Amino acid sequence: MHLILFIIFAGLCLAGAINLLLQTHPINSALSLIVVMTSLAVLYLLLGAEFLAAAQIIVYAGAIMVLFTFVVMLLNAGREERTMGSRAAWTIGFPAVTAILAVIATVILHAQGLGVARLGDGITSTEELSSVLFTKLLLPFEVTSVLILIAILGAVALARHSEVNEDSHGDAERTGK
Amino acid sequence: MNSFFAQEVPLSWYLLLSAILFSLGVVGFLIKRNLITVFMSIELMLNGVNLSFVTFAHQWHAVKGQIFVFFVMMVAAAEAAVGLAIIIAVFRARATLAVDRIDRMKL
Repeated sequence: MHLILFIIFAGLCLAGAINLLLQTHPINSALSLIVVMTSLAVLYLLLGAEFLAAAQIIVYAGAIMVLFTFVVMLLNAGREERTMGSRAAWTIGFPAVTAILAVIATVILHAQGLGVARLGDGITSTEELSSVLFTKLLLPFEVTSVLILIAILGAVALARHSEVNEDSHGDAERTGK
Repeated sequence: MNSFFAQEVPLSWYLLLSAILFSLGVVGFLIKRNLITVFMSIELMLNGVNLSFVTFAHQWHAVKGQIFVFFVMMVAAAEAAVGLAIIIAVFRARATLAVDRIDRMKL
């Protein structure tokens, strides 16, 4: 059962990731990324991380991807012209990716002592996770909230029209009249 | 039927999947020519790394690996908010999303 679920959702994951690369319209890429993230949530559940599976769907597939689709629709992003990467990408980028993937795959396949995952392994409960998070790791958690606050302020400051530009625009209109 | 339910998956398969997802993210970063899709490829790379964190947390029965993924998610959310705001600001200044035509940081 675990094997079948793994094959189905790992296949969905890879298909979504490859589809993200092949699509030319950003909204199609965003929808394939949602497929990838949702099937990753199932894989987290298979590995016994129930809280992360829920957070993956709520935060990633929900909040972040809604933000992405909002921006795609807001900016009315059209099809991208297809290029197959720059010259730098072909000379350095793709050989480097291939080398990294080959090294990681070799290390993983030769690693000793990696266990197996089966259905009925212990699930890390949310209670267990939060007791560690709120006792031993309380300070990093609070620092994260400050980070989120700064990110909100930065996003608002970046995305609004700058008043200086509007003023000069208004001046130009007035002098034009 | 019992053996059917007892089938197990080596953790190295999960790690391989995460390595492939990360590499696909890098390839997308290199071949995509739209600012938003380049940003999506970065999210794909983050997700690939998260999967290997969860796999190792399962291997060593360590809760802290899962908590690290939680923090990565929070940072990714902050990064998405700021990054998309920057994309909107760039689009407002240049009226294009093609990365080849955005070659100066100054507005």
